[in-house]
Amino acid sequence: MRLRFWPVFLRNFLVWKKLLIPSLIANIAEPLMWLVAFGYGLGALVGEVTMGGDKIPYIVFLASGSICMSAMNAATFEALYSAFSRMHVQKTWDGIMNAPVRLDDVLLAEMLWAAFKALFTVTAILLVMLALGIVQTWKLLMAWPILLGVGVVFSCLALIFNALAKGYDFFTYYFTLFLTPMMFLSGIFFPLDTLPTAVRWVADVLPLTHAVALIRPLFLDQWPSNVLLHAGVLLTYGLVGWMIALHLTRKRFKQ
Amino acid sequence: MNESQLRCTHLTKRFGDNLVVDDLSFELQPGECLGVIGPNGAGKTTTFRMCLGLTAPDSGSVNVFGLSMPQDALAIKERLGVVSQFDTLDPDFSCAENLMVYGRYFGMRSADIQSRIPTLLEFAALSHKANAKPGELSGGMKRRLSLARSLINNPSLLLLDEPTTGLDPQARHLMWERLQQLLQQGKSILLTTHFMDEAERLCDRLLVVDHGRKIAEGKPRDLIAEHLEPDVVEVYGGDTQALSQGDLRAHAQRIEVSGDTVFFYTQTAQPLLQALLAYPGVRSLHRPANLEDLFLKLTGRQIREEG
Repeated sequence: MRLRFWPVFLRNFLVWKKLLIPSLIANIAEPLMWLVAFGYGLGALVGEVTMGGDKIPYIVFLASGSICMSAMNAATFEALYSAFSRMHVQKTWDGIMNAPVRLDDVLLAEMLWAAFKALFTVTAILLVMLALGIVQTWKLLMAWPILLGVGVVFSCLALIFNALAKGYDFFTYYFTLFLTPMMFLSGIFFPLDTLPTAVRWVADVLPLTHAVALIRPLFLDQWPSNVLLHAGVLLTYGLVGWMIALHLTRKRFKQ
Repeated sequence: MNESQLRCTHLTKRFGDNLVVDDLSFELQPGECLGVIGPNGAGKTTTFRMCLGLTAPDSGSVNVFGLSMPQDALAIKERLGVVSQFDTLDPDFSCAENLMVYGRYFGMRSADIQSRIPTLLEFAALSHKANAKPGELSGGMKRRLSLARSLINNPSLLLLDEPTTGLDPQARHLMWERLQQLLQQGKSILLTTHFMDEAERLCDRLLVVDHGRKIAEGKPRDLIAEHLEPDVVEVYGGDTQALSQGDLRAHAQRIEVSGDTVFFYTQTAQPLLQALLAYPGVRSLHRPANLEDLFLKLTGRQIREEG
């Protein structure tokens, strides 16, 4: 049995390799600006954040949250704009499907590719964080596969909107109505316990909240608690997202 | 190998209330070039997509190499070459890389693909453009690269959807020459086209479709002989009413008026041309009947704007 998604994944990788430098800058420069501006700037005002009795430096608090946000953004951009270009604008998918490759294989390749880009982005940012001395713990090695999982979850979710899109403008809804609120409600910039109860309920069902809950303790050289709960929520988002994306993409191509 | 390469049986497809393909059956024999011609919206592209398993027919079946679509789609596509109406080349890859990447979709080993690339680029007259990206190529070069790409797996059957639409005459002639070469190698070709000269030149047999239905099928010359008078005289610049209703009628078997032109279809043109001398100021063109006349007779002269 040959893995039919693999040549499609490889295709995306080879294109990306050609544009490596600009891609690298775009993926890494922005998250680092957030980190430096807010971490050092706002961090000087805030000082420390209290987390379950512990006081931790704001920059570590922010770094551990924003790395999850970077995974989310990298996967989302790839699975929305880039996948849509390949699917709808360049008709790359149509060309591929004239060869013995199924639509399901193409979609799987796109999903894994967007997750890979997320992994690549967070790896580069983690290296910079290590170099800056923001974080120093071998538990970061554990953060790595989790962040890949976060990339998978958000590429699955983004592919739902990719399947529904008529044009690039459609993605604005996804960003404005889903991603931006989630950025503020998942405990990246400030602890969730300062929020009103009703808002916390919303926060508790958002996938990014659970990603942060798994990653932040690792940054503090601790083990996360309620691992099964957080991993379960992420897994559910990923699986359900994938099923919906697959269904809608098949429907789109059936016409 | 007498088994047909492609057989469509009673294909029917509806989009909503719109019957796009209506009980269409045809067969493609090994080594044959079958052309599907029809106006815009006749159902050519939908038929093409059903042959590729991309659109499921409401009823009827598609059989390729004795395997059925879409159940055996992967096995069929291993042995199929496809050039779709719009190029789907990878803009970020060079010509050679486009072939390499495409070959991998067939599960071919890189070394095997690599060894085919020079031959295919030469076939496409693109050896000098191996490292150029599609954006740097002319329309004709892109189409030839698409054709070369479809040959990467050495298919025995090629499906070509309007392979020369939008090309200039030089590029079209080069494309035709290449397609003739492929036919000489024994490949079978199913081709849709708008160009009657292309259909006449390349196709052993033609299928004329309109409103999703097959309205004629046969060898190009036979179809013309069967449906048309051998000679056509086109007359311009006169009073179409007087020309078409007057004494000239006696010399023609059939008369058509389209805009300011009167078409006289006749068995022998000489008497008609003599009689035309009595109409000073009109211009005329005498020519043999061709496939375009047949097409227009069968599908009408009105413009089809849709899809």
